[in-house]
Amino acid sequence: MTFTRRDTLVMGLGATVAAMLPLPATASTEDAIAAFTGGASVGTGGITLTAPEIAENGNTVPISVSAPGATAIMVLAAGNPNPDVGTFNFGPLAGSHEASTRIRLAGTQDVIAVAKLADGSFVQTSAEIKVTIGGCGG
Amino acid sequence: MKKPIAGLALAAALALPSVAVADEDAKLIINGEIELVTETEPAAHLDGALRSVRSGWTFRTTETQALQMDDFDNPGMIFVDQALDSFETVDGAAGKSCASCHEDPAEFAGLRAQLPKYNEEAGEVWTMEMYVNNCRTERMEAEAWGWKSQPMLNMNALISLQSRGMPVDVAIDGPAQSVWEQGKEMYYTRYGQLELSCANCHEDNYDNYIRADHLSQGQTNGFPVYRLKQANLITQHNRFRGCIRDTRAHTFAEGSPEFVALELYVASRGNGLSVEAPSVRN
Amino acid sequence: MSDVKPRVRVPKTASAGETITIKTLISHRMESGQRKDSDGNPIPRQIINRFTCDFNGENVIDVKMEPAISTNPYFEFQAVVPAAGEFVFTWYDDNGEVYTETKSIAIG
Repeated sequence: MTFTRRDTLVMGLGATVAAMLPLPATASTEDAIAAFTGGASVGTGGITLTAPEIAENGNTVPISVSAPGATAIMVLAAGNPNPDVGTFNFGPLAGSHEASTRIRLAGTQDVIAVAKLADGSFVQTSAEIKVTIGGCGG
Repeated sequence: MKKPIAGLALAAALALPSVAVADEDAKLIINGEIELVTETEPAAHLDGALRSVRSGWTFRTTETQALQMDDFDNPGMIFVDQALDSFETVDGAAGKSCASCHEDPAEFAGLRAQLPKYNEEAGEVWTMEMYVNNCRTERMEAEAWGWKSQPMLNMNALISLQSRGMPVDVAIDGPAQSVWEQGKEMYYTRYGQLELSCANCHEDNYDNYIRADHLSQGQTNGFPVYRLKQANLITQHNRFRGCIRDTRAHTFAEGSPEFVALELYVASRGNGLSVEAPSVRN
Repeated sequence: MSDVKPRVRVPKTASAGETITIKTLISHRMESGQRKDSDGNPIPRQIINRFTCDFNGENVIDVKMEPAISTNPYFEFQAVVPAAGEFVFTWYDDNGEVYTETKSIAIG
């Protein structure tokens, strides 16, 4: 049986350490962003992603996104098997361009939010969320 | 060979630096109105085993704590809503619903705070599930609900909610005493390949970490609990099973007399804390 | 799907033009398609893939949902209330079922 580097580390140092190692970002994260922006360049600033530094359980992680003037905000989880999380499209009666939800994260990783602004430009931000896995609570 | 390895593993696991973001002084106020007691003086029977008694809520991160503070953020409340529908639904050969006899769930205020308790007629200690199934089978002539079936979990949450804010107050003397003693003995018994008792973690090491988990005192004032892990309600017996299985032991069954005894004893350790059901935990 | 139940909070009244906060929750497994059963067979995906909120026929928010949204999906967002009327909340299941909830709001 061959062990991956992760397996060897887990056996040596314990699952807690392994859980803190970030999951590698997949190529499809880039594709998802490109599909959303149509290949346009993405700036920074004017978008906030609120998320816990450490998620108590990867099954239910509360996050909020806010981008004043946005028509849509897309959220991606770079380390999940499939990075797509969801897209908030704001209609004419939206009271603000922000929304909160709860998401699933497979492990420690970057969560990325990309906003399409009213003038057609794009901005993004990201945050690393540590997900602890392994412990007597499961 | 077993003992030293288990001991070393435990010591290594507990040596992790604290990365807790739980705010110990945070107050649990629900919907901006209902303030719950999350820390209190230990009951006399604890005899100095705990300095103070703390609800599991106080050990969770601020984000998890926040989920319980608003009935529209609390995911457990969707199951209460489902139980409200079920309360009105006729089920069984007698053609009755819960509402046929119990006009309003509010009638049950105070019940959860005393459970599990000795039932005179039955001559044994009963948990919430046993009361519900007794009504269903005897008076509604309906089928008993499985201990951890969704309808039972939902009804448990609905009835328990009626005692929210009231102090846990289970009787440990009188006819319940022998069951309580049995539960107490289990609490201090080491189980499994890892030879861990409830007390090893929840009395000797609460606030420390075991691998990635921030250990609580294991109080049950919050049950039934919406666990983020299962994204569903769970009961005390479900958690007892999980904990004992985590010591690598063959565990008792949900609804077994052993777990009823343990449920009574563990509940009594939290006498004085507010019932929080349905609470939210990791 | 049985037992899919929405739970929505909308204030009963608002002043004309006020921005209000709406919270929505719905009980749904959100089976991601990643899990396997005890025999090792993949459990097929079944999620709510879209959520919309409309007020008096105009859209407030339209959310495209993927399997990474947690079980019992929760959303909190804001809406402008120009006049009295009705909010309609709609959740679309992969299997074609549609769940709705409505809440009225008065101006006062």
